[in-house]
Amino acid sequence: METVSPLEKALRALALTLVVVFFMFPIVWIFLMSFQTNETILRIPPTVIFEPTLSNYTALITGKLTTAAGTLDIAFMKNLANSVFLSVTSVALSLVLGVPAAYAFARHKFRGSEDIAFTLLSFRFAPPLLVLLPLTQYFQWMGLANTYIGLIWVYQLICLPLILWIVRGYFEDISADVEYAYRIAGHSWFATFRKIALPLAGPGIAAAGLLAFIFAWNNFIFALVLASADKQPVTVGALAFVTSSGIQYGQIAAAIVLSVTPTLALALYAQRYLVEGLSLGAVKG
Amino acid sequence: MTTLQLQNIVKRFKSHTVLDDLSLEVASGETLVLFGPSGAGKSVLLRLVAGVIEPDKGNVLIDGEDMSDVEPEHRGIGMAFQNFALFPHMDAFQNIATPLEASRSSADKIKEGVARVAKLLRIDHVLTHRPKALSNGQKQRTALARALVGSPPLLLLDDPLRNVDAKLRFEMRLELPRLLAAQGATVVYVTQDYKEAMALGDRIAVMAAGRIRQVGTPEEIYDAPAFVEIARLFGDPTINLLDVAPTAAAGGVAVELSGVRIPLPGVPAAEAVGRDCLIGLRPESLAFVAAGTAGAIPVTIEAETPLNEKTVSLVLTTDGREVLVSRPAGTPAPASGPAHIAFDGTNALLFDKETGRRIARMGEDAGERGEAA
Repeated sequence: METVSPLEKALRALALTLVVVFFMFPIVWIFLMSFQTNETILRIPPTVIFEPTLSNYTALITGKLTTAAGTLDIAFMKNLANSVFLSVTSVALSLVLGVPAAYAFARHKFRGSEDIAFTLLSFRFAPPLLVLLPLTQYFQWMGLANTYIGLIWVYQLICLPLILWIVRGYFEDISADVEYAYRIAGHSWFATFRKIALPLAGPGIAAAGLLAFIFAWNNFIFALVLASADKQPVTVGALAFVTSSGIQYGQIAAAIVLSVTPTLALALYAQRYLVEGLSLGAVKG
Repeated sequence: MTTLQLQNIVKRFKSHTVLDDLSLEVASGETLVLFGPSGAGKSVLLRLVAGVIEPDKGNVLIDGEDMSDVEPEHRGIGMAFQNFALFPHMDAFQNIATPLEASRSSADKIKEGVARVAKLLRIDHVLTHRPKALSNGQKQRTALARALVGSPPLLLLDDPLRNVDAKLRFEMRLELPRLLAAQGATVVYVTQDYKEAMALGDRIAVMAAGRIRQVGTPEEIYDAPAFVEIARLFGDPTINLLDVAPTAAAGGVAVELSGVRIPLPGVPAAEAVGRDCLIGLRPESLAFVAAGTAGAIPVTIEAETPLNEKTVSLVLTTDGREVLVSRPAGTPAPASGPAHIAFDGTNALLFDKETGRRIARMGEDAGERGEAA
């Protein structure tokens, strides 16, 4: 270890503090906002001393939004359920399709395999708006507009390339000899995939799944255009708080807190596995 | 009992030819050592036999049966890898048990089989450890146990002692022949260590650049190498190779070293005279002799290295060529200063410098063992 002078230590601590404050401030502020009424939020100058209220959360959970203009029905809990359903199903489907595909791309170099893999990745390059208009038309012709199946299908554009490319890298890191050894021991290629490749790439698959989940959860534009109110996830549902009688900052903040919680919890939970996976020193035997 | 035949195998990776029209036969119960420098294609050859790589051309026959359409899991092979290739997420017991699981043995049978081979290889005390917690020697034994446990009729061992320390390598070199004999399997053993090759092989196949250069018993390879490279690869200290210009002599040719004419009887003059040649002299075939002995070459002793069982001297001939002479430790000889050395011309190896091919003595058929370059 190099020796660090006290000054350098202090400067480092300062720099770290600045970075943490910079990144954490909005989250803390949103969290505080979610316990305030619109009046206290819009007070000038703003203050961190206020009487906390749970009214925002109550409104979200009961689905009754009380504004100056009267009571409004909101479907936030339904949106949240939609988000969970859409993200989980999309990632699950992506894993079912993407993991075997990643294995094939990693282990079998066939004619055009690189081109196919790259084409799949290129789906991530195109801005969603580019494909949205034709997609809307197709979906209307095919009767897929405003269906869960249609949305999950479109979400594959987000999840599949991500999972395919990350998991492929993990499969490529597994020594081919380890798989050969299992086959020579008398097991079929499918058993080798299940008992050797899958467990060894497990941490990578978990990481890719988690990332794909976050991307799917945060998606806005596809769901906005292709689904109507009852199929929309939270990202789109949050628009409902921009009402004719003003913007409901308190509820928006509470909605954000609620919608961030699942991904945050998942990330914290999976973090242990990710670290374990990376420190496994891979598969050198 | 199982035989293995390789017929005209060609394997290319992109434009690089790794195996070039290679043919080889391994008899039932035989241990054949594939010896050669890295990049010679030894490991690729083993993987072709195992079926995890397919040849571009040629056939692999096990027990006379073409293996083209036989998957690796159905070839009845046990294989140990140079990098061990243990399954990192399983403990040693599970690692060793995989071949038995594949044959759907009962849990008791698996336990019994693993215990037997683990005891034989002295790893029974680490069976619950994961590969990460094993020493290199234990990993190597686990990998070997996994290859042996199913008693496969054909064993492929890819340089299994490469990554273990010198002491263990020495022990295993002594132990392996007994283990392999107990298995009664046909064995193909890959190594880059000539001592290992000589110790373990019933026959040795010397490979270079994707081809087999010579196949023979360890003695044949050592005493009658087909090519100068092979002579160089076997032996420690390495063989002395000196430029000579053979001249005709009665019953063969003669060479001149430091002005001393030494006859090489039986060497066909037609092949050697007038060509640039190399004479190959094993350090142990040279001896210090008294001045005045027939064929004594005057030298100056430059340095001496005692190596436990032998002493190696570096000597300089009067025409300035460096020669290594080894003798059993304890044999008296001058340690420095002027001396004389001599060798037996009937055993000296003579190589054509241009082709590297050994010039066979009359009455000896080298063409049978050596393949054209």
